[in-house]
Amino acid sequence: MALDIVRAESVGHAAALVAGKDGARFLGGGTFLVRAVTAGHGTIRTVVLNDGLGLEGIDAGETVTIGSAATMTDVARTPGLDFLAPVARSIGGPAVRNMATVGGNLFAWSPYGDFAVALLALGATVSRVTPDGETVVDLGAFLAGGPAGVVRSVQFARPAEGAFRYLKVTRKHPHGASVLAIAALLPVVDGRFAGVRVAYGAMARRPIRTGAVEAALEGRAPGPEAVAAAVAVAAEGTAPEDDPQASAWYRREVLPVHLGRLLSGEAR
Amino acid sequence: MEHVREFFAAERGADGKAVGTSLVRSDALGHVTGQTQFYADRSFPGTLHLKMVRSPHDHARILSVDASEAEKMPGVVRILTHRDVPANVYTILRLIQVEPNDEPVLAEDKVRFKGEPIVAVLADTDANARAAAAAVKVGYEVLPAVLDVEEALAPGAPLVNEYHGNNFFTYEGHHCRRVRLGDVEAGFAAADHVVEHRYQSAPIEHAPVETTGCIVVPEANGRLTCYSNTQALFFTLDNAGLILDVPFQKLRLIGGTVGGGFGGKVDVTTEPVAMLGAMLTGRPVKYAYTREEEMQVSSPRAAERIYIRDGVMDDGRIVARKVRIYVDAGAYSRHSPYGTTKAAAHMPGPYTIPNVWIDAHCVYTNRTPSSAMRGFGVTIGDFALEVQMDRLARMLGMDPIAFRMRNAYRDGDMKAHGELTKGAALVETMQAAAQLANWPVSPEDAAASSLKAGA
Amino acid sequence: MAKLPLIFTVNGVEQAEFVESDALLVDVLRDKLGLTGTRIGCNQGTCGACTVLLDGAPALSCLTLAARANGASVTTIEGLAEGGTLHALQRAFADGFATQCGFCTSGMLVAARALLDADPDPDREAVVDAISGNICRCTGYEPIINAILSAAAEIRGAKTA
Repeated sequence: MALDIVRAESVGHAAALVAGKDGARFLGGGTFLVRAVTAGHGTIRTVVLNDGLGLEGIDAGETVTIGSAATMTDVARTPGLDFLAPVARSIGGPAVRNMATVGGNLFAWSPYGDFAVALLALGATVSRVTPDGETVVDLGAFLAGGPAGVVRSVQFARPAEGAFRYLKVTRKHPHGASVLAIAALLPVVDGRFAGVRVAYGAMARRPIRTGAVEAALEGRAPGPEAVAAAVAVAAEGTAPEDDPQASAWYRREVLPVHLGRLLSGEAR
Repeated sequence: MEHVREFFAAERGADGKAVGTSLVRSDALGHVTGQTQFYADRSFPGTLHLKMVRSPHDHARILSVDASEAEKMPGVVRILTHRDVPANVYTILRLIQVEPNDEPVLAEDKVRFKGEPIVAVLADTDANARAAAAAVKVGYEVLPAVLDVEEALAPGAPLVNEYHGNNFFTYEGHHCRRVRLGDVEAGFAAADHVVEHRYQSAPIEHAPVETTGCIVVPEANGRLTCYSNTQALFFTLDNAGLILDVPFQKLRLIGGTVGGGFGGKVDVTTEPVAMLGAMLTGRPVKYAYTREEEMQVSSPRAAERIYIRDGVMDDGRIVARKVRIYVDAGAYSRHSPYGTTKAAAHMPGPYTIPNVWIDAHCVYTNRTPSSAMRGFGVTIGDFALEVQMDRLARMLGMDPIAFRMRNAYRDGDMKAHGELTKGAALVETMQAAAQLANWPVSPEDAAASSLKAGA
Repeated sequence: MAKLPLIFTVNGVEQAEFVESDALLVDVLRDKLGLTGTRIGCNQGTCGACTVLLDGAPALSCLTLAARANGASVTTIEGLAEGGTLHALQRAFADGFATQCGFCTSGMLVAARALLDADPDPDREAVVDAISGNICRCTGYEPIINAILSAAAEIRGAKTA
């Protein structure tokens, strides 16, 4: 089963290759793609490498930009991205973290995709290249579907100190696949939540924001009442699935408990 | 913990040297250098890869099998169906007169669990075998399935296997393994409390890191050499000989190096078909379970449902115990009739109870056939028994160790299945454990003994 | 079917092979180079039995296209012992009953080696993280963790001695 392994001269060239050939895919770390090549029946015929395209860079400024080829290990050891280190470190053991890329995580399906959950909460946008050119889209819109193209990078505004929280529930400890993951951006302005974003992983096919919880928190003062209001609507809009990690029923049952803990700042 | 030599010293010689010393395992050097040879570490030129076409349904009639497209695909050398199998019966314990012969090696007219093997494809590479297996077309008539042990025994339940005519193994004309001692109903009537609880376990997959598999090599002298990771080389030798209708001395089994067994590699699943493939093609054949096959198709520990009904006196004596056990054998018997017998004999636990009634049912459902796993037949029963003992102790306001001491069996006591207790050590074990855990024990219990004569 | 050149270093020795474009690194190591110490448990990257060091960092060889290892340096379990002398980790595993069926052992040792190369004085949490991608079904992990810690202590002791 011949697999075409192709180097691209530029991201645009890579995008053209991926769009132009049937069964062509852009290779990140290979944690999903190589598995699909091994298990599949020749549906993936071309693999476009991310080598030499300058996609590994990380800029940890006031606007954070992470190249799509940056690995979880790269993120975890970037000074200035300490708030994201727990997310990166939660994704598999050292070997997986050395291979898994930020870009690849955007294409993951439940129960994977924890880094995308964090990015969704951080309000990230995605720079992606298609044969029509380069565009920047909101991550939520990117996840909703449509031609993905080749992802160049993700960007988000650096969150206020302490505003970003993340929790991942697994059965295998440490670093198993998610029963569920919750990421929350909880900025407080003049004693009230302002610009709240809360995202879930493994509560639907792809990472989703929870509008109900965001609406329950927005404008409220942090405290037990806000937590109670959020927890009451925790599962609204979710569509969890059964998988070897957990049943849909279980995910729905424990989600409010874990959301409550995350919002209250309780350790596990 | 120091090794205690006082107990039963008269029954043991004093010249052993190994106990209490630390010996490096004989296979440790091989493991830490990567030199240990598991079956898949051998390679032979011209090896064919076997991929199995399996049922996607829990229960279905096979209406048609069409391998014509698969046969023409690149690298495909041979396709095997039940017609190629000389004696298409998976016999497991037939050699020791424990039947039943209720399972085919390759399915004929029906499939009874998701993953049941139907057609074997042999090709020159793993990828080619997989592609060809995907091209085999099997027509099914899906049938209603039963996936719960009690539902399987209810009137009107779908019949899993026509071989039995009902959904349970028949023990010498009886619908379950039965143990009777005394009169439980009289015991319940005389008891201060009568309590029943239900316990349940799901099938448990061994999930060894090494998946099940073998490589079979036809030798120039007409024998077949089979490198297998089975835990049960003689089971494989004997059963394969019967299935292939060849004299046993034609088969040479090499193995004993198992990358995790735990009882999950005692079923003779890969070797007979791989041997058949080697015989019919004259080439080495490798049949390795994928991780998905290992988790879904290979046998798990049986799921069990257990009801324990106890009659207890206020002073802590259990005077009557009635246990109903339902063992989920899955679609075929394999070792389950034996495991269920063990479960029955293991009841009512290491306790002397004057009135005992045990019914242990070996039930067929449309689930993956179950088999052995550590503590075959008894582990789940122990879970149920000991949780029950704790619950009873709590109900009576008794310390759980004291409650067990009250009921512990001792040498000379009559067991429920008619044997006298001999070599009991539960009392001493609890005393040692209580001491290690700083668990307070009454002076009477601290001085108790398993030996009837003298304290 | 076009084959691709694979020139890389394995356990310090340069190797040159022609491989199928979809060949996996684990299959090249096992089938072409005869280094069967790297095991295959799942082919999905979930068990860690196939762990090797790729340019010094742990990688899953069942998820690495062999062609991607061109020009790289690979270390397998067979490369742990130096000229016939067992690495402290290997001795610690053998002496500490950190291996039973042996199937996870190669991956565990390679992961542990990577840890100690990067951090000679890991705490228990760091050891647990280092082997978090390796599944063991036999030992319950405690003997493995203890063996890694004791090997680390031995290596540190040997350095200061």
